[in-house]
Amino acid sequence: MSERANPVERYLRSDRIPHIWCPGCGIGTTVNCFTRAIDESGIPMDRLAVVSGIGCTGRVAGYMHVDSFHTTHGRAIPFATGLKLAAPGMKVVVYSGDGDLFAIGGNHFIHAARRNLDMTVVCVNNLTYGMTGGQLTPTTPEEAIASTSPYGNFEQPFNLPYLAESCGAVYVARWTTYHVTHLKKAMREALLKKGFSFVEVISPCPTLYGRRNRIGDGLDEVKTYKQRSVIRNGAPTSEVSLGMTGPIVVGKFVDRERPTYQDAMDQFYARKLGDRYARASQ
Amino acid sequence: MHADPAGVLTGAHFLDGDHAACEGALAAECRFVAGYPITPSTEVVERIAQRFPLVGGVFIQMEDELASSIAIAGAVWGGKRAMTVTSGPGFSLMMEHVGFAVMTETPCVFINVQRGGPSTGLPTLPAQADMMQARWGSHGDYEIIALSPNSPQECFDLTFKAFNLAEQYRVPVLVMMDECVGHMMERVVIPRAEELEIYPRRWTKAAPGEYLPFAPGEDLVPAMARAGQGYRFHMTGLTHNERGYPDMSVAAQARLVARLTDKIRKNADALQDVVEDGVDGADVVVVCYGITSRVALPAIEACRASGLKVGWLRLRTVWPFPERLIRDLASGLRAFVVPELNMGQIVREVERCAGAARVVGVPHAGGTVHDPAVIERAIREAVR
Repeated sequence: MSERANPVERYLRSDRIPHIWCPGCGIGTTVNCFTRAIDESGIPMDRLAVVSGIGCTGRVAGYMHVDSFHTTHGRAIPFATGLKLAAPGMKVVVYSGDGDLFAIGGNHFIHAARRNLDMTVVCVNNLTYGMTGGQLTPTTPEEAIASTSPYGNFEQPFNLPYLAESCGAVYVARWTTYHVTHLKKAMREALLKKGFSFVEVISPCPTLYGRRNRIGDGLDEVKTYKQRSVIRNGAPTSEVSLGMTGPIVVGKFVDRERPTYQDAMDQFYARKLGDRYARASQ
Repeated sequence: MHADPAGVLTGAHFLDGDHAACEGALAAECRFVAGYPITPSTEVVERIAQRFPLVGGVFIQMEDELASSIAIAGAVWGGKRAMTVTSGPGFSLMMEHVGFAVMTETPCVFINVQRGGPSTGLPTLPAQADMMQARWGSHGDYEIIALSPNSPQECFDLTFKAFNLAEQYRVPVLVMMDECVGHMMERVVIPRAEELEIYPRRWTKAAPGEYLPFAPGEDLVPAMARAGQGYRFHMTGLTHNERGYPDMSVAAQARLVARLTDKIRKNADALQDVVEDGVDGADVVVVCYGITSRVALPAIEACRASGLKVGWLRLRTVWPFPERLIRDLASGLRAFVVPELNMGQIVREVERCAGAARVVGVPHAGGTVHDPAVIERAIREAVR
């Protein structure tokens, strides 16, 4: 590799480019940050697995040049659970969207966080279902127009960092695709954090969210992130909910220690069963 | 390759079918089970939860059946032999991941201890009404293998066999028990480990740069890689090419779906597993499976005692259906009688293959087993 080679190319399946994402979409930006985070983390590529669900962000697994799994809608986390418990030496990352992880897959998110499974979950939150045409998701802000809320959304959305913290995640951060350096750092920290780590990335979907909500193109949407975002590391997650207007609070909100599922299981069985406990082989 | 003795509970035991199925999985080197409690299957995972920490297995009780049925796929790609266990309502929830396992050629085992339905139905009482769901319940075109034990001994034997078939064909294998077989207690003999032959996973021998994860071998089954070995492979539930990459073309769809179905269809004869008694020269053959195959025996005996030539054909492998066998038999007899604990499922398969022979179903909505006298009457009517 020459010194001028693209530093992230080795992490991508170049034979699958061009990707499917629209011009102005933020998912590619998050993947760029993710590859740099892997690079800085020192995690060997052969020990890294990326698991995705269904949707635009669900296609990330297919572009990563690692063992990668494109699973079913909403079920990336339980697939990753089985993978991690069967191959504890792997670093398992779930990379998916807001609809996949928090509507159809919401139950799995809360239980994986509760169990403190040793995995990283990256949620690209574009506030809509992109792949199916811009429908309402559990994170669509109140008043926002979606194809299934043509008069605007009257449901209260999830505040994802608050949800993650309450369920037991040990690392919780939120950034936008404007904050590429912060995002890369947060992803690196999440990759190196033992336990259930969660990174939310607010990301533009100009085709199906920005256009409908008169935000403009992808660049215009990123400019609103720049204008609206406020960095508050350590902010109480109960105070970081998102609206159509008002501040987008970003930062690292949670960084704490709890025994992982596997450590808890091993220690518990060793105490209860003594020499009779047979640890799973890798 | 012989079974790992650590998981084999060699000896003669007095077990119910649920516990015997658990031991069959352990003997087959299953070391990952994800499950969600549901009557009448729960005893399988209860015993797994007790046994696994002693033999190096991981059991996790997931938050629902959707999670259980895909956690096992994750564990398989992480290198384990894995299964999940459920009953009717849970089986319905698992259907998407039966299809996912078919599409991604993930070898795994699903046990369904059938109870009365539809919906919540009869949680503690038997039925055999999920037989067509086992075959067709997930969307799209596919083939699976389904086995039907009729005793606790066979719950052991066929669960063990299910793991081997899953590995050989890289397909989900469904063990279709029923509440009676699951809860009846009988003598179960578990052989020594060296008598149990394990079909090992078909690991690829290709170097990482040359490996095509979905390029089939001569028998249409591709070799597998596990995560973490440097292959950096991709798998997807989307229609894909031999590299595992999505391919939305008509040609890729035709090629993939044909191979996924052919790898089972072309081996239907090899997969056939039936038990026959008095079928040669019979005027009427009773086609049955699971608990109903035992309930049919006194009816057959009574008819034979009065001079009727009645055969007993018991399906241990229900899917793929032994089509050729039924066609061959049909030409030489007058009727098939098909008792089953549903309103008529496998009887339709028999009708499809019966030619000029008469086919008499003996339906039962479930909740208990047939009265043998009803089956006896059906046999007598069939040859009248």
